[in-house]
Amino acid sequence: MIPASFEYHRPTDMAGVLSILVEHGDDARVMAGGHSLIPMMKLRMADVPHLIDLQDVGGLAGITVGDTITIGAMVTQSDIILHDALADAAPILREASLQIADPQVRYMGTVGGNVANGDPGNDMPGLMQCLDATFTVVGPNGERKIPAREFYEAAYMTGREDDEVMTAVSFAKPVGGHAYEKQKRKIGDYATAAAAVQIVKDGGTCASASIAMTNLSDTPVYSAAAGDALVGTSVDGDAIKAAVSAMLNDIDPVEDNRGPVAFKRHVAGVILARAIERAWSRA
Amino acid sequence: MTQKNQYKLNVNGQTVEVTAEPRELLIYTLREQLNITGPHIGCETSHCGACTVTIDGKSVKSCTMFVAQAEGKEITTIEGLGSPDALHPLQEAFKEHHGLQCGYCTPGMITRASKLLEEIPNPTEEEIRFGMAGNICRCTGYQNIVKSIKAAAAEINAAKEAAQ
Ligand SMILES: Cc1cc2nc3c(=O)[nH]c(=O)nc-3n(C[C@H](O)[C@H](O)[C@H](O)COP(=O)(O)OP(=O)(O)OC[C@H]3O[C@@H](n4cnc5c(N)ncnc54)[C@H](O)[C@@H]3O)c2cc1C
Ligand code: FES
Ligand code: FES
Repeated sequence: MIPASFEYHRPTDMAGVLSILVEHGDDARVMAGGHSLIPMMKLRMADVPHLIDLQDVGGLAGITVGDTITIGAMVTQSDIILHDALADAAPILREASLQIADPQVRYMGTVGGNVANGDPGNDMPGLMQCLDATFTVVGPNGERKIPAREFYEAAYMTGREDDEVMTAVSFAKPVGGHAYEKQKRKIGDYATAAAAVQIVKDGGTCASASIAMTNLSDTPVYSAAAGDALVGTSVDGDAIKAAVSAMLNDIDPVEDNRGPVAFKRHVAGVILARAIERAWSRA
Repeated sequence: MTQKNQYKLNVNGQTVEVTAEPRELLIYTLREQLNITGPHIGCETSHCGACTVTIDGKSVKSCTMFVAQAEGKEITTIEGLGSPDALHPLQEAFKEHHGLQCGYCTPGMITRASKLLEEIPNPTEEEIRFGMAGNICRCTGYQNIVKSIKAAAAEINAAKEAAQ
């Protein structure tokens, strides 16, 4: 389990990071917490001749909470869990973070790394699609913003260019009820299926709903149709069934060591129904 | 092969300098260069927690960190928690309550638990189980590990109160 050799860089500002990325092109890659990248390097599934450690780059670890919520790329899952103002404003973040990995991993794993990684098993991408978040990246040609719902192209393929670095995620302060529901084989495992749900209630009916699923396709799946199936209903059993069947049209799971396709589709339906019920009860 | 570099680490209160390739995993630096063999290698794939150390106040699996990342950091291993003559309350409790059988997971368990008790001084059983979920034990069934951590928490809290 020894990775291939690399040259290690620890720049102290973004200009330093970008100049190494420009100089070495494909041979250079940034590392945040390293808890996805290092395992891949140990398995020699990732070869990184120039490793750029972001830990000393300032300005990437802030959390600001207002009408818009902004979370720096280097904020860890543990930082999110411990941030009370954030948990008040957007409780789905703490609920989801507590279901990621284990305590040791959560001290190291960052939001930027989780959303930039492009692994369909990561929980934050679906969560960010549910929240309609925007990712901010910076590259040699300046800053760009990319909607989370347009960011994921295929497994490990995203809208970020190789010489761009993610600096923050931001989203409007969510309204209504929330739930992050995840089925996993054990603590510390990636999802067999997970659902992120935000629902807005107006009187007894659903005014809007946002639904995204994790690890059920080669990208996270934002299912607009599933959300639409709830709007205007009282979110009763029939409406939930309609939302689940709309979601099942949008996912495309493959068989792996978490189970065959039929099982994953079954679990996805159970998980989404639970998430909708819980979010509705909190709306 | 890349060049070896000098790295300065603070391990259990002492500043040490090591020469290593940046790709060396911290667990190997600790065990093979510094002869600090408390942290164990259970899986080497970031799953078991036997290699857990505390780095700048965080519980970290030292098989999942390069020595280069650890430069300038304060690292505490099980060796820094207590000594054979003056056991840490967690060590004492694991001994008293049979919190171990083969002992392979124990250094990681205790190092992680020490951090957990700083964050939650009086944890419930559920909080202990959740907070220790990154550490795997193949022997005990966890029951006595939970019991030991509870007992150590009571001991630490009583000592704190007595000191006030
Ligand atoms: C045992 C274990 C269990 C886990 N379980 C889960 C789980 O249940 N759910 C889950 O979501 N994750 C899980 N993870 C992954 C963990 O949350 C990762 O740490 C996280 O996905 C990546 O964050 P990182 O900061 O470690 O990124 P790194 O490993 O440092 O980087 C990951 C990738 O993103 C790129 N990257 C990192 N930061 C940036 C940036 N700012 N800009 C551009 N690119 C960047 C890197 O180049 C790399 O390609 C688990 C990991 C382990 C070891
Ligand atoms: S040896 Fe590091 S987690 Fe198992
Ligand atoms: S006591 Fe043997 S692995 Fe835990």
